[in-house]
Amino acid sequence: MKKPIIELNNVSKVYQTDTITTIALENISFTVNKGEFVAIMGPSGSGKSTLMHILGALDLPSSGQYFLDGELVEKLTDDELSDIRNRKIGFIFQAFNLLPRTPAIKNVMLPMAYAAHDKKESEKKAKQYLEMVGLGHRLYHTTNQLSGGQQQRVAIARGIAMNPALLLADEPTGNIASSQADEIMSIFQKLHREGHTIIMITHEPDIAHHAQRIIHIKDGRLYKDETNLKPTQAKAKLQQDI
Amino acid sequence: MDYYEIASEAINTLRVNKLRTSLAVLGIVIGIGSVIALVSLGQASQKAIESQIQSLGSNLLTISPSAQRSGGVQGAPGSSTTLTNADAESIANSDQITVIKTVSPEYSGRSQITTSQANSNTNVIGSTPAYMEVHKIEIATGSFISETDLKAMSKVAVIGPTTAATLFGEGVDPIGQTVRINGNVFTIIGLTVSKGGTGFQNQDDVLYVPLTTAQKQLFGKSHLTSIAITATSEDAMTQAQNEVGYLLLERHKLNDPSEADFSIFSQQDILNTASSVTGTFTTLLSGVAAISLLVGGIGIMNIMLVTVTERTREIGLRKALGAKKKDIITQFLVESVILTFSGGAFGILLGIGASYLYSVITHSAFVISPTSIILAFVVSATIGVIFGWYPARQAANLQPIEALRYE
Repeated sequence: MKKPIIELNNVSKVYQTDTITTIALENISFTVNKGEFVAIMGPSGSGKSTLMHILGALDLPSSGQYFLDGELVEKLTDDELSDIRNRKIGFIFQAFNLLPRTPAIKNVMLPMAYAAHDKKESEKKAKQYLEMVGLGHRLYHTTNQLSGGQQQRVAIARGIAMNPALLLADEPTGNIASSQADEIMSIFQKLHREGHTIIMITHEPDIAHHAQRIIHIKDGRLYKDETNLKPTQAKAKLQQDI
Repeated sequence: MDYYEIASEAINTLRVNKLRTSLAVLGIVIGIGSVIALVSLGQASQKAIESQIQSLGSNLLTISPSAQRSGGVQGAPGSSTTLTNADAESIANSDQITVIKTVSPEYSGRSQITTSQANSNTNVIGSTPAYMEVHKIEIATGSFISETDLKAMSKVAVIGPTTAATLFGEGVDPIGQTVRINGNVFTIIGLTVSKGGTGFQNQDDVLYVPLTTAQKQLFGKSHLTSIAITATSEDAMTQAQNEVGYLLLERHKLNDPSEADFSIFSQQDILNTASSVTGTFTTLLSGVAAISLLVGGIGIMNIMLVTVTERTREIGLRKALGAKKKDIITQFLVESVILTFSGGAFGILLGIGASYLYSVITHSAFVISPTSIILAFVVSATIGVIFGWYPARQAANLQPIEALRYE
């Protein structure tokens, strides 16, 4: 049997200050296989952000094991974690987190630049990915000249630039208008059909329903892991000229 | 990431905050500018002094009477009357002297020189024909003082170009004109070629008369104010100095060189003294400039720390996308080096401009040494690295989650 993309074994995260011990995650175990589109749901304070940080190799679990694409993510140095994030994970953030005043294409090229890929090649790929998310006509627009939905699409293009094992989206529609949210979901579903593995963290049931599988988190524990047999199909068609 | 990319990103970032960037750079501009200006100023004055002294002749020795000690009372330097015509003659003729070419006994003093239209307080030098060779005097028109003039105690004079211009006006031929010194009428027989020099050191504001005339008729003295001698070569300077020293000690019946009532110094001695004085000044001023450079560096560090705080989110994002510590450090170091480097470039222009202005105003030489420019560039880049290092490390050590969370 092939190895899963994500494998969590009894992962806990405990924050400790002098007087208070906070358990953010308690004994979470699940696996995600290649090609799945998973939504992680939970109210605020449920620990889903902590989970996202661990899944994104931005933080390390206090106990338990986390295998990302077959690699054990544990006591690694900052630089080794940077390297893993660079190669294995495509991030899509709620606040887009693009470089300000920087052309869309440069943003998409950034992870490839850190991986020291050939510049010409990176530029070609970046163009291709931006066309894929319907921004072929906005290659050289700077971040502040784009709408929220467009910025998030640039972020998606950047997320897939390194062809990562996992696309990790944290509230990807949280900062954009609902009409544009549908576009984002439509892109996610398209990427899913193309075989990308996607984990999307959200607190909105409507958005979560676009996924194939929904994992519910509550008070730091895995509360329900359900398969969504009839995912909502995003209707938005990507238009090149918006 | 290649350096071209990093540099162009850095320049873009710096361009966004133009005012802040230029204020941060100002400290470096002023620091580098003043270093360049002061070093060039020091070098210009050094050069001026050197060329002036060199023009007097490099194998020239000057003997002057030194303060005489008598019963514990020390007179003013040069006040004594111990050097005589006989001393000069014995230097010229003694068997003990082997490496001396020319001896020029001199009596000089300042006097008021008048014509019917003008007057000038000028250095009057009683000289012999040897003076011309020893001091490398060149005659523009007419002739210098001759043996005949000396023997006949003639009332003739050779005039320097500055004095000639003062007394007779610019471009007027002074030959054949007369001047009055202390009631005596002198006829001008020659005009010297300009030797340069300014102010107190002006070698062109001078009037030469026969030594005998100066001693007996003008000043009524029988001693000499100095004896100038030239050695046969520059290498023989020390030997010449020793030979003359021992001869004079013997003649003055002194046993101990520390009791000598005269002193002998070479042009090199004067040059060394003058150089060390200007050198000290240059060092002092450069020290002050270096302090302003240090303050400028602290300004850069301050701005870089602000920048790091402002861009916490961006740094977090970069780390999330795969930037390693080295990448972040490089990015911020490049930014601070670009800051200080451009500051250095403007500073060099400012420094060159300032020293050019100085040279125009004071009519002095305009010297810019390539070394000081290269040094300024190296120093400004180094300041960028040194003062950018701490902020860059702060940035690189940010944890990506903390940084992404930062609002």
